[in-house]
Amino acid sequence: MAERLDSDVGLELLRTMWRIRVFEERVGELTRADEVHGLIHLSVGQEAVAAGVCSQLRADDAVYSNHRAHGHAIAKGASLELVLAELMGRDSGLCRGVGGSMHLVDVEHGLMGATGVVGGNVPLALGSALAGRLLGGDQAAVVFFGDGAVQGGIFVESVNLATLWRLPVVLVCENNGFAEFTPRSAHTNVERVSDVVAPYDLERETVDGNDVGAVHAAFGRFLAEARGGGGPMLLECLTHRLRGHYEGDPQRYREALAAEEWQELDPILRLQRRGAEEGWLDASTPGRLEQEAREQVEEAVGFARESPFPPASLTSELVYA
Amino acid sequence: MTETTYLEAIRTTLAEAMRADARVLVLGEDVAEGGPWGATAGLAEEFGEERVRNTPISEAAICGVAIGAAQSGLRPVVEIMFVDFVTLALDQLVNQAAKAHFMSGGQLQVPLVLRTQGGAGQRGAAQHSQSLEAWLAHVPGLKVAMPSTAADAAGLLQSAIADPNPVVFVENKTLYFRKEDVSDGREPIPLGQARVVRPGRDVTVVALSRLVPEALAVAEELAAEGIEVEVIDPRTLVPLDLEAIVESVARTHRLVIAHEAVLHGGFGAEIAAQVQAAAFDELDAPIQRVGAPFAPVPFSPPLEDAYLPGRADVAAAVRAVLGR
Repeated sequence: MAERLDSDVGLELLRTMWRIRVFEERVGELTRADEVHGLIHLSVGQEAVAAGVCSQLRADDAVYSNHRAHGHAIAKGASLELVLAELMGRDSGLCRGVGGSMHLVDVEHGLMGATGVVGGNVPLALGSALAGRLLGGDQAAVVFFGDGAVQGGIFVESVNLATLWRLPVVLVCENNGFAEFTPRSAHTNVERVSDVVAPYDLERETVDGNDVGAVHAAFGRFLAEARGGGGPMLLECLTHRLRGHYEGDPQRYREALAAEEWQELDPILRLQRRGAEEGWLDASTPGRLEQEAREQVEEAVGFARESPFPPASLTSELVYA
Repeated sequence: MTETTYLEAIRTTLAEAMRADARVLVLGEDVAEGGPWGATAGLAEEFGEERVRNTPISEAAICGVAIGAAQSGLRPVVEIMFVDFVTLALDQLVNQAAKAHFMSGGQLQVPLVLRTQGGAGQRGAAQHSQSLEAWLAHVPGLKVAMPSTAADAAGLLQSAIADPNPVVFVENKTLYFRKEDVSDGREPIPLGQARVVRPGRDVTVVALSRLVPEALAVAEELAAEGIEVEVIDPRTLVPLDLEAIVESVARTHRLVIAHEAVLHGGFGAEIAAQVQAAAFDELDAPIQRVGAPFAPVPFSPPLEDAYLPGRADVAAAVRAVLGR
């Protein structure tokens, strides 16, 4: 058993995970109601990775996300109102409604990009890490990607370059075992992503990505090294995508998890059990955090619904800086 | 006036930009050794290998690193050795760099210059000789510069480095070593400003890159017959100085567009469409286009020579629009 979680840290992680969980479930409903538009990929079940990593970052540490971006954005500090307004295509959205779910950016909080092209975000994080170093700072860069990104050429190019240049970047793989609709075993003979990068001479660790304490501890060690001039590192978080690849995915390719199996895996329930065992979480707090999250998400829904769509002129105005 | 070359103008401009701004860095394959032609020769000695970074042969990652660095406060100038290899970096260039400002609702800027070179004529065969500028000009969010002289290369590169947007800077390998007199003061040339290379009253020839000196030579030959050709170099395809072209056509009433790229879907078609929409009534003859045939660049020397559009093609097009 890992050492006891600090109570403030534990409560903050739990609060963040509840915000992500409630937000994602509400977005699922709004997608089915045709209020949220486009291709929506939810991160229910993977909240511990976003929370465990982003809770330790500063606003000037660059984070790059992928098509499953909502949890990363929320954990990095983005406002629920602005994220939801973005998903609903409104002018008040994080990206004025022109980016959408897969392309969330929040420069103020250091979310420097999210990409819908699998693997395309990895070298960008290297670039931010290089900039931080050349400009004399101690920032670290983080990129989130799934196990599906690892089979792309740009991943290998980026790992090679990051290790060659010793860049302060932490590569965070959310290995949920599925690349879109296909299990990892059908795409590669290498089960662990941390084994894929083994020859490149970088620190690497595979953790239980549904154990937020484990994610937090491993990432904390890597972050301290990156701040001190080390890097790169790869953190592989084994996790579970509870919902389909996208909202509306009929998921004919896998059996749904039994309820009792999910109870065992659910990162929120696991942290709550741990908090109770370690004595820093009383019986009423989980319900209160969930309720707080529901209120915040409903405020965000109200905000987004009342926000106007962007003016038609915005499309041409934003092409060039 | 100083005698220089296109290549030397680029090298000098890069060095000046790096001296003036510590955020400017150069990265690409073999750049610390100067690259295959010497465009970055001496930069690593002056600025160190932190700012003049040799990279592996990983075009996609190189381009992505440069984009991330640009978003985070640097002003990278990335070199892709041949425009043919830009194909390997197109996700980064087209999906990331070109759209970052737009998709972030204006939060991000990508002040990136991607230098590359294209063109045939050196027996490089079909994978080292292409002219792919029309692809790049098709992508909203990218700017595309295509200088034809040393002075323009220097002035446009200054503007490209200062620009807050990604600029693809397409050089031409056969122009690198032409000697040219340039004035000593180096002023930036704004992107989107065409240059009248030679004034003339009878026909307007809009030429790109290597076809500019070819068109100029044709203009001088035809002047002996009393035909006065006006040669215009747009210098940048995006933004395009349509106004300068239309102003010229309003005087000459005849237009020829000449480039080395494959004619089919080439940028000349875009210029022709824009000119006819803006000035149909000014045209006294159908617009003529000069470009390469719809085929990859062949290796065998006589085949490559026959493939490449040049003076004879431009002269024939000029005579065709004049009906003589």
